[in-house]
Amino acid sequence: MIKFIIKGLLRDKHRSRLPLIVVAIGVMLTVLMTTWITGVLGDSINLNAKLSTGHVKVITKAYRESMDQIPVDLSLTGTKALITELKKDYPSASWVERIQFGGLLDLPDENGETKSQGPFAGIAVDLFNPSSGEAERLNLNRILVNGRLPSASGEILVSHSFAEKLGISINDRVTFIGTTMYGGMTIVNFTVAGTIRYGITALDRGSVIMDISDARNALEMEDACNEILGFTDVEYYDDSKASELMESFNDSYASDNDQFAPVMIRLRDQNDLGGLIDMMSGVVGIVSFVFILVLSVVLWNAGLIGGLRRYGEVGLRLAMGEEKGHIYRSMIAESLAIGTAGSVIGIALGLSLSYLLQQKGLDFSSAMQNATMLMPGVFRTRITPEAWYIGFIPGIIATVLGTMLAGIGIYKRQTARLFKELQS
Amino acid sequence: MKNTEIISVNSLTKRFPMGLGEFTALNGIDLTITKGEFSGVVGPSGSGKTTLLNIIGLLDNPTDGDAVILGSSSRALSVREAAILRRKHLGFIFQTYNLLPVYTVFENAEFPLLLLKMTAGERKRAVLDALEWVGLSDKVGSKPAQLSGGECQRVAIARAMVKRPEIVLADEPTANLDAENSHHILRTMLKLNEDLKTTFLFATHDDKVISYLKRKITLIDGKVSRDETIIR
Repeated sequence: MIKFIIKGLLRDKHRSRLPLIVVAIGVMLTVLMTTWITGVLGDSINLNAKLSTGHVKVITKAYRESMDQIPVDLSLTGTKALITELKKDYPSASWVERIQFGGLLDLPDENGETKSQGPFAGIAVDLFNPSSGEAERLNLNRILVNGRLPSASGEILVSHSFAEKLGISINDRVTFIGTTMYGGMTIVNFTVAGTIRYGITALDRGSVIMDISDARNALEMEDACNEILGFTDVEYYDDSKASELMESFNDSYASDNDQFAPVMIRLRDQNDLGGLIDMMSGVVGIVSFVFILVLSVVLWNAGLIGGLRRYGEVGLRLAMGEEKGHIYRSMIAESLAIGTAGSVIGIALGLSLSYLLQQKGLDFSSAMQNATMLMPGVFRTRITPEAWYIGFIPGIIATVLGTMLAGIGIYKRQTARLFKELQS
Repeated sequence: MKNTEIISVNSLTKRFPMGLGEFTALNGIDLTITKGEFSGVVGPSGSGKTTLLNIIGLLDNPTDGDAVILGSSSRALSVREAAILRRKHLGFIFQTYNLLPVYTVFENAEFPLLLLKMTAGERKRAVLDALEWVGLSDKVGSKPAQLSGGECQRVAIARAMVKRPEIVLADEPTANLDAENSHHILRTMLKLNEDLKTTFLFATHDDKVISYLKRKITLIDGKVSRDETIIR
């Protein structure tokens, strides 16, 4: 009987073509939507992790309370020992020290008087140690607009639009004016080695990157930093891994009530990223639900049209002694076959397009000029393991559901009525 | 019911709702058909022929009275039991052939046997026999669209006969056929009736069919007006 049904499906294009096309398109869109949202949100989260939050971050308890002000006076001290301890206790993760700070950048004229001046947000990272991986993590080579990366102490990178605004050229000497960890004023000269562009307004408006040793000298933060960022061994943020790490670390410091005691926070606890993560984990379910709903309605209608066309066949089969339930089940078996075939085609198409968008991406950087969120300028899809099977959920459920709804007509119609239609 | 009676219709009435009232299609019919008969219900359009055949074929239920088919009362049978009885013991031939267009002649004839869950070997033997009876052995791989009207009706006869049913119900089987094809298929059915002792019951107003009947039951306004046995 199954062979008989499959023969009918393959030969009767009216019965299989429209549902197959609908399912394939629906599944393709499901896969594409899933990989797209996962990719864009994942890249945004990844960008935040690399630039600012890490997968986890170690700070002081006091710093946690006013983190949005990046107060250097509430920084961690004894960080060499703390990093050693972190590397020993959690060897699978990478740990890097960062100093986030603010200040004024002053460009003097030939007489040493202020030519232009502006506030900036600075990030000090371990630039000179290649094993730190910080230059790659911040993608400095790609975002470099002019000049070169700092290669010696006293050299900094300035965001391109900030440099243009202040009239800074490469190799200009600029003066950093800020506050040390102990509250004193600090004035230090730097040479601008290059300019960079993140493509994110919030960062491009006014940012400076320098080596952490220079920041330590300028801010009197020997053996101190305000943030230690931890990156787990997976490329994309894994909330459960981060939570596990955080709980383990914080348990070991639970009894330390000092306001300068270290405390670990996760990426989801920072920059309102928790909502984004929840959205990402829920997106597969939401996309599947929406497509199941839409596809079911479309396939229900397709099933009704097909069912009307097949009233004669149904009447004949009833006359021959086939039971209503058997006919109903065989129609569901047909839809299962169509759903599976359509899903396979849709997944293949969806994955192909996703792969293309994963490799090439879509450049929205010009539209993102005024974005205040940390979001990538180029949107890419991301093919996750679930993208290989997610399409089967709407593809099969919607087809079967659509057929079940359409097939109710078989039960509602009297045998004699169907038979009469057969004879007409 | 006597041993040879395979269809027994007792005080059978069928009414259909029509507007605010009812239309009486069959009005207290009593009828008995014995095994091996080649009989027909004849009468003008609207006389109740098809309704009677549908009730005997367990496709419809009577309003009053009863139809006993092969010892089973239509009133006592569940929908499932009626389907089983149709599947095993009844064959249908329709005016419009009703072949499944995407399947071949062989597959169309094979379909009733799939419902009986016969093995592939048994099915093949039975289908080839049935197609030989109707003279279509050379058309096994053809699709209905490639056949003439007469050939299509012969496939429908093969499909009805392939499971060797006790009763074949044929509703206006020659209505869409020319004279030559009509006589051809009627001779085929008559031969099957004689060779296999299958009971044939027709609903018709075609004189060509009537000329082959051995018993003619005339329905007028839902009542049996005449019941004649014809000696040929």
